[in-house]
Amino acid sequence: MLNTLASDWLALPAPARSTVWILIVTVGLILCVAYLTLWERKVAGWMQLRRGPNRVRIFGLLPGLGQPFADVLKLLTKEVIIPSSANALLFRLAPALALIPALAAWAVIPLSPSLTIAHIDAGLLYVLSLTSAGVYGIILAGWAANSKYAFLGAMRSAAQIVAYEIAMGFALVGVLMAAGSLDLGTIVTAQRPGILGWNWFWLFPLFVVYFIAGVAETNRAPFDVAEGESEIVAGFHVEYSGIGFALFFLAEYANMILISALTAVFFLGGWQGPFAGYPLLGATWLGAPSFGWLAVKIFVFLFLLLWFRWTFPRYRYDQIMRLGWKMLIPVTLVWIAVEGVLAYYHVGPWRPPG
Amino acid sequence: MRRIADGGRDGRIDMLVEILFYAFATVLVASALGVIVARNPVHSALGLVVCFITSAAIWLLIGAEFLAIVLVLVYVGAVMVLFLFVVMMLDINLEELRRGFTRFAWLGWLTAGVIVLEIVGVVISHAFGVDVGRGPLPEPPGYSNTTELGRVLYTQFAYPFELAAVLLLVAIVAAIALTMRRRPGYKAQDVSRQVAVRARDRVRLVQVEPEKRA
Repeated sequence: MLNTLASDWLALPAPARSTVWILIVTVGLILCVAYLTLWERKVAGWMQLRRGPNRVRIFGLLPGLGQPFADVLKLLTKEVIIPSSANALLFRLAPALALIPALAAWAVIPLSPSLTIAHIDAGLLYVLSLTSAGVYGIILAGWAANSKYAFLGAMRSAAQIVAYEIAMGFALVGVLMAAGSLDLGTIVTAQRPGILGWNWFWLFPLFVVYFIAGVAETNRAPFDVAEGESEIVAGFHVEYSGIGFALFFLAEYANMILISALTAVFFLGGWQGPFAGYPLLGATWLGAPSFGWLAVKIFVFLFLLLWFRWTFPRYRYDQIMRLGWKMLIPVTLVWIAVEGVLAYYHVGPWRPPG
Repeated sequence: MRRIADGGRDGRIDMLVEILFYAFATVLVASALGVIVARNPVHSALGLVVCFITSAAIWLLIGAEFLAIVLVLVYVGAVMVLFLFVVMMLDINLEELRRGFTRFAWLGWLTAGVIVLEIVGVVISHAFGVDVGRGPLPEPPGYSNTTELGRVLYTQFAYPFELAAVLLLVAIVAAIALTMRRRPGYKAQDVSRQVAVRARDRVRLVQVEPEKRA
């Protein structure tokens, strides 16, 4: 039975197989987003000595497990309000524009040693261009709503994302110098096996800069001035209700998962096991490459994002700009130079030029 | 993404590429028209974004994947965001903007005519026996657009490349120098001073002697 299934699967034409994988990844991602919202509320609860959502159960299992589905049902059945002076077309289009890039970027992420939906030579650039296109959803939402608060949120978000994109790009220059390729699969395999051989060790400043810039790109606290509920109500999505709001919510959490996955791929060896190449441990499952390791790494970064949100107060706007332009960008520039010198004298695990 | 190159092009794929080309080209022309006829400047800017994305898709069809992705990255991801930013911030007077539309229409028609003539010239040049090439040949498997471009840029054209980079740097410095102005009474926080502050600089503890009761 399984054998025939496997051979049937391999007999399918490549586009059909890709389509099936796209469906699996998208549905899986949306389920992950649903449970990430629950996890966030649970973590927030525990940090504040509360229990978090604990009423809705599924089949009498863990308390709170049904919460995401209850939320989705509630939002789906709510009235969609379009303000009378809003630009109706762009107002409807904006939530989709926010969500699409966050999902499309998964096409090039190497999920396991054998599975990447699309092998693109310039995969890193593809990811960068998609994450930067995500800002359109926010800008258009803010503008189309024809509300002062929404517009302020959109403007803040645009300036912030343009600023942090530069630091992000520079951090990735270091990664592609180390890997000698723009292909995400090669970037994973070019990292030496074992937890100390991964990029984070030799590129530690870039790793930190990339993750901070990633937090800023997702508009998460402490960089959530675009929402800024205590200053501008809810920022760019203040006028959205029902499913429109739900889509923005979905986009934010999908972006969080994406940034965590990218950080894991670029700096933590993607699907590689942490103890590969080590004596004794290397031969066990601790050293074996698998999708599981990627999932664990993504989970760690997601937890960091939640931790940040419920720990740090919001940055003031001028402080955000100062951090982005005057701290992160110089750090990356210096480390790229250091990396160049190290690579020239063959110190560290760099790929030989040529 | 890569052109199929393993022995003899598949006829079906050729047709698919053709269909995709015409689909993207239609969207491209329509959105380009939208850029100049839209009444709302924000709609125009968005039309331009669609233009960039569809032309990137057409570049992908001829196998120029690096250029296509960079087009989206630079123009859609950065330039147009700033463009939209400005267009949304400024309260543009539409009447004033459209006043020149008919006056300069002849210039537009002239440019369009020249471009159409050029395209027709390329298309019919086969009839006159001039070989203008049939587009790029399919690349061998394992060919990397990005690697080849990098190799050429950093070896053969290293000096022009560096020169262009310096030119851009000069432009950045000039733009900053032109827009920077020092206003009187400008207040800013010096974060390093704030961090370096110690309690004894700010708080003076005074021992107050209790008064004796009379």
